[in-house]
Amino acid sequence: MHWPIDLIVLTFVIFTAIAAISVKDLLGTAILFGAYSFLMCLLWAVMGAVDVAFTEASVGAGVSTVFFVAAVFRTSRRTKD
Amino acid sequence: MKLLGFIIVCLVGGFLLYGTGELPDWGDPQSPASLHLSNDYIEHAVDETQVPNLVTAVLADYRGFDTMFETAVVFCAGLACFLLLRDFRPRKDHYYRHVPTGVVLHLKDSSKHLAVGNEFEDMDKEWVPSDIVIKTVCRMLIPFIQIYALYVVAHGDFSPGGGFQGGVIFGSSLILLAISYNLKTLVKRVSEKFLSIFAALGVLIYVGIGAIAMLLGGNFLDYSKLAPLIPIDPGHIRAIGMLGVEIGVGITVMAVMVIIYINIVSEGRHEEGL
Repeated sequence: MHWPIDLIVLTFVIFTAIAAISVKDLLGTAILFGAYSFLMCLLWAVMGAVDVAFTEASVGAGVSTVFFVAAVFRTSRRTKD
Repeated sequence: MKLLGFIIVCLVGGFLLYGTGELPDWGDPQSPASLHLSNDYIEHAVDETQVPNLVTAVLADYRGFDTMFETAVVFCAGLACFLLLRDFRPRKDHYYRHVPTGVVLHLKDSSKHLAVGNEFEDMDKEWVPSDIVIKTVCRMLIPFIQIYALYVVAHGDFSPGGGFQGGVIFGSSLILLAISYNLKTLVKRVSEKFLSIFAALGVLIYVGIGAIAMLLGGNFLDYSKLAPLIPIDPGHIRAIGMLGVEIGVGITVMAVMVIIYINIVSEGRHEEGL
């Protein structure tokens, strides 16, 4: 049986995306964005685009999460809306 | 207002999903993209460039212009972050901690400084006790991360990776130094001048390689014209040219990542942060 790993990963991607916009804690949002990027990286790797997956892992899951955390550190941690 | 936003998001999302229905299936051999261009790259790229990784061949050779301006965009991002956030006003308050006793001295006169050494340490406004486990683990990990970043840059021709990813990994190793120690340690090791020069140097290397090819009688970024400069098998000259270009990209990206991090985390003061 063909293991539909891309569908499973895609489900997790949608869950993390919805969670990232609905969570009130901005630090949590930053971490959820990291998880989202990592799952997207898995999705690229499953589809065979290893170069894109590498970029997503290093930029999306790595550095941009740190930038978000740094921005939250210097602003407020809770959203107003 | 919230309902309106929700309706707009649903509408636009619906249109996007409707639009993706018209896209060709994933891996469809009859799709327009894989009918002409992909076949040409797959059939000729290895013969023409001697680079096994087709993605690198396309990015750094066939579409060298594109990657050059991507590097320029990254450089502009660092420049914009610097111009928006950098704050040159000297800080008024200085905090020093007497290491043997833990007493904190607060100097309000910005003209006076204490000699920082074994006895006193320059500290942030809030003192966070340094964790020996985190410090030791990060100190041991950072060299390996940096060597891996250099490997990713140098091996971009043969395996996934390249200047952009390698530069990001190298930059994040420096950011890890700032997170595990403190921002002052990073700023002391890599100064702002160093980072700014490196950010510009990477773009200069890229454009310089293109310009040298032009001076030697070829088109801009035509690496095969570099053959008289480098004594190597002429078949591999394009691979060498791509490696030089990737090194330029890596240097710019590394410096810009650290510039953005330092400016965001210290509100442009370059003094205290995460």
